[in-house]
Amino acid sequence: MRPNKPYSDVPGTTVFDADQARKGYHLNMFCMSLMKAQNRERFKKDESGYLAEWPMTEEQKQAVIARDYNRMIELGGNIYFLAKIFSTDGKSFVYAAALMTGMTQEQYTKMMLSGGRSPNDKLPIKENG
Amino acid sequence: MARITAGVATSHVPAIGAAQDSGKSSEPYWAPLFKGYEFSKHWVAANPPDVVFLVYNDHASAFSLEMIPTFAIGCAERFAPADEGWGPRPIPTISGHPELAAHIAQSVIQQDFDLTIVNRMDVDHGLTVPLSLMFGQPSEWPCRVIPFAVNVIQYPPPSGHRCFQLGKAIRRAINSFDEDLTVHIWGTGGMSHQLQGPRAGFINKEFDRRFLDRLVSDPDALARVPLIDYIREAGSEGIELVMWLIMRGALDSAVREIHRFYHVPASNTAVGHLILENTMLDR
Repeated sequence: MRPNKPYSDVPGTTVFDADQARKGYHLNMFCMSLMKAQNRERFKKDESGYLAEWPMTEEQKQAVIARDYNRMIELGGNIYFLAKIFSTDGKSFVYAAALMTGMTQEQYTKMMLSGGRSPNDKLPIKENG
Repeated sequence: MARITAGVATSHVPAIGAAQDSGKSSEPYWAPLFKGYEFSKHWVAANPPDVVFLVYNDHASAFSLEMIPTFAIGCAERFAPADEGWGPRPIPTISGHPELAAHIAQSVIQQDFDLTIVNRMDVDHGLTVPLSLMFGQPSEWPCRVIPFAVNVIQYPPPSGHRCFQLGKAIRRAINSFDEDLTVHIWGTGGMSHQLQGPRAGFINKEFDRRFLDRLVSDPDALARVPLIDYIREAGSEGIELVMWLIMRGALDSAVREIHRFYHVPASNTAVGHLILENTMLDR
């Protein structure tokens, strides 16, 4: 990690800065390709085959196939780009958010209806940015 | 002469547009939210703008990682609703105001804010949800719109101070346009929310209330809040709130608060809404 990242100790949070954007460029551009209906169809038919067309790392490809959004974010994904993947799956932002918090969608929705995650909530500070 | 008469701030959650488009706005989950905008619909009908200068951010729709303009002004004749991955929203095409937009671009660049000029661009929920909240579901939008996109996706976005100063430059630009036009400036996005990682669902009502108060009555100090404070206290996506400072910078130092609404949640987000009228005391 480079110095001068005052946001690196914010718990449960990865800031999409220049380093993350560089790491995740091809992952995010793959996501962007899912804006087109014909690409969505091709991806759905053969995920590995479609991913093979992108110069992404093996770890990134595995994270996509596993739909491990926290891992994708760690590997440079940005949530607005990753949204193209769960939209392709017919899933909502609430679905994805719940998944990333490790809650069921029901638990997560209940938390939001009762005012959201409190600022006093204790989350572990991640080890690297 | 063109004049900014009022400012509007509102969140722009995509699910709000989806709820409206699919006829769910009177369902128990959504009804309290739409109720908060009933006053606003009447107000805007009674105080109609010729042009809305609409500050928003694109969410990987028109801009990918290929190009990331910090400030981009839409100078086109028209802007189509973007296909965000599930088809474009069923809403009218947005008419721009190319003459005023080009004038603002020239004037603001000459005031040392280096804007990116965009002559072709689709607009996503960041721009269209605020229009739907304020105007409902008309067959044509009742005014022209100048889209003004701000990068808040790749860190760092512009600082609050930069945004506030830019608002002042936009105001000077609009005031120097030689046609009688009533202009509203809207700032959108926010309020506190986080869409990513284990901290998703983060909401900070206390921060939001203080932000609303200070935006109205103490914007100079609010504009000096550093970006890190937004990430910590308003969530990683709450950083969108810097866009509200562009709107506020374009208004008088003293404004009349006409309407305020705050609601949690709209899917993952705290929704905030303000209508501010210029007092004209600065002129």
